[in-house]
Amino acid sequence: MIRNERMTVVHQAKIAHNIFELTLQGELVQDMAPGQFVHVRVGDSFEPLLRRPISIANINKDMNEFTMIYRAEGRGTELLSKKQVGDTADILGPIGNGFPVDAAAPGSTALLVGGGIGVPPLYELAKQLNARGVQTIHVLGFQSENVAFYEEQFSAFGETHYVTADGTKGTKGFVTNLLDERKPEFDVFYSCGPLPMLKALEVQFPDKEGYLSFEERMACGIGACFACVCNTTEAVEKDYVKVCSDGPVFPKGVVAL
Amino acid sequence: MSRINIELPGLQLKNPIMPASGCFGFGREYAQLYDLSKLGAIMIKATTVETRRGNPTPRVAETAAGMLNAIGLQNPGLDKVLAEELPFLEAYDVPIIANVAGTEIADYVEVAERISQAPNVHALELNISCPNVKCGGIQFGTDPATAQQLVEAVKAVSTVPVYVKLSPNVTNIADIAKAVEAGGADGITMINTLIGMRLHEKTGKPVIANGTGGLSGPAVKPVAIRMVYEVYKNVTIPIIGMGGVTNAQDVIDFMSAGASAVAVGTANFVDHFVCPNIIEALPSKLDELGVEHISEIIGRSHR
Repeated sequence: MIRNERMTVVHQAKIAHNIFELTLQGELVQDMAPGQFVHVRVGDSFEPLLRRPISIANINKDMNEFTMIYRAEGRGTELLSKKQVGDTADILGPIGNGFPVDAAAPGSTALLVGGGIGVPPLYELAKQLNARGVQTIHVLGFQSENVAFYEEQFSAFGETHYVTADGTKGTKGFVTNLLDERKPEFDVFYSCGPLPMLKALEVQFPDKEGYLSFEERMACGIGACFACVCNTTEAVEKDYVKVCSDGPVFPKGVVAL
Repeated sequence: MSRINIELPGLQLKNPIMPASGCFGFGREYAQLYDLSKLGAIMIKATTVETRRGNPTPRVAETAAGMLNAIGLQNPGLDKVLAEELPFLEAYDVPIIANVAGTEIADYVEVAERISQAPNVHALELNISCPNVKCGGIQFGTDPATAQQLVEAVKAVSTVPVYVKLSPNVTNIADIAKAVEAGGADGITMINTLIGMRLHEKTGKPVIANGTGGLSGPAVKPVAIRMVYEVYKNVTIPIIGMGGVTNAQDVIDFMSAGASAVAVGTANFVDHFVCPNIIEALPSKLDELGVEHISEIIGRSHR
């Protein structure tokens, strides 16, 4: 259920260049699942006006806390990055359909592929998959070493590979270069990142079950405004889907790429 | 006794607050958040004869205290709205104002004739002001004679009162208002969005795929207030005002300028509970003003 809550900041830290980790406390956490997002109002003024959709990176139901990792690159996220412990934030959520954890059977192996600010939601996913006995392999792509994060956290759950566009960390190039080289064995893949990356994965693994998380400009965040509509492939009956309320995660082959 | 009920052609409003068309879909999403029966009315998303897929994305862009949109009247088409969307809303005690759009007069007539017969549709809102579709919409709203002709054609078939949604993208909005009144319109809703454009900082190209979009949000409120003020002086039919409403004071402002009721648009995306919040805040606003009933506020700027 989507609710609106003023949540309290319990932690904020800069973890890479322009990348922030923000932990909030409140009741909404009890309803959260991996791959879902929250719609954040960063202030009370009209500037900036709209909410910011930000993915959920870590859920701690015992503590009523969740963590988001975001890039401060515009007015909204810059203001968010100024919030300090004890401040509150207006959060609407949790929103959308997340990653289906039960698509990976205990004992199987899942490949998690993230790109840039698409990496954070894979962390909670890796945590929950491992908790049900699924082995996870992580392939994480970034522009450069200075914007990469969570190496230790992902490594704690399984084999983790880094790829950077400029070669400053891990393999140089795109995540698909590394996947071509290493050819990891897996049963199902999950991914979140830029469209070209999602498209490349669909092409590279036509026979594997896969789930992709999409991003699109949003206004309402709940499916009413029709801003984040994507065309679908001929394989599905509906001729469009909304990223916010039908997604953000869709099975491979649903969204026309 | 209620202090905030309003009676308009076809509409017994519990309160003067209603979500604006295009900002509330067909109510399903907001129904998950609160009881839609709290609302004065609901202006549903524009309905056309055929299914419309809308424009390519990006369809929205944020601007200073506002946003641009170019959704492109995406809707499932008249048959589905009648079969699925309106019946869903029958579960709520709230009158529906059906926003009607088309590319030629015959389209408007077909949608109006059929949708006006739905049991919960209490009024129509003719969309002659959508800035985001290539043909239809706005050209009916920028020429007084064409606007009048369209209203006459729709009035001939509609079984419920007809309101006309005016575009602010005109030289003289009073001329259009007078023309739709002459055509037999029962009321006016105003304003639709202002045509605008935002450029990408790096490429210099428009951010929205459609190039232009409609500007809405708090940034447009002064424009809307001025236009309601002017139209009120020129027509006798009631006005439902809108444009940047976010709180109870904005409602008082629109009603002072001459609106009999007020629609809330973009604010629904920012504070998803804004409509019930405003409704709750209205009585104490009336206390502050020393007013017993909200209808006393209507047009007070002119007295």
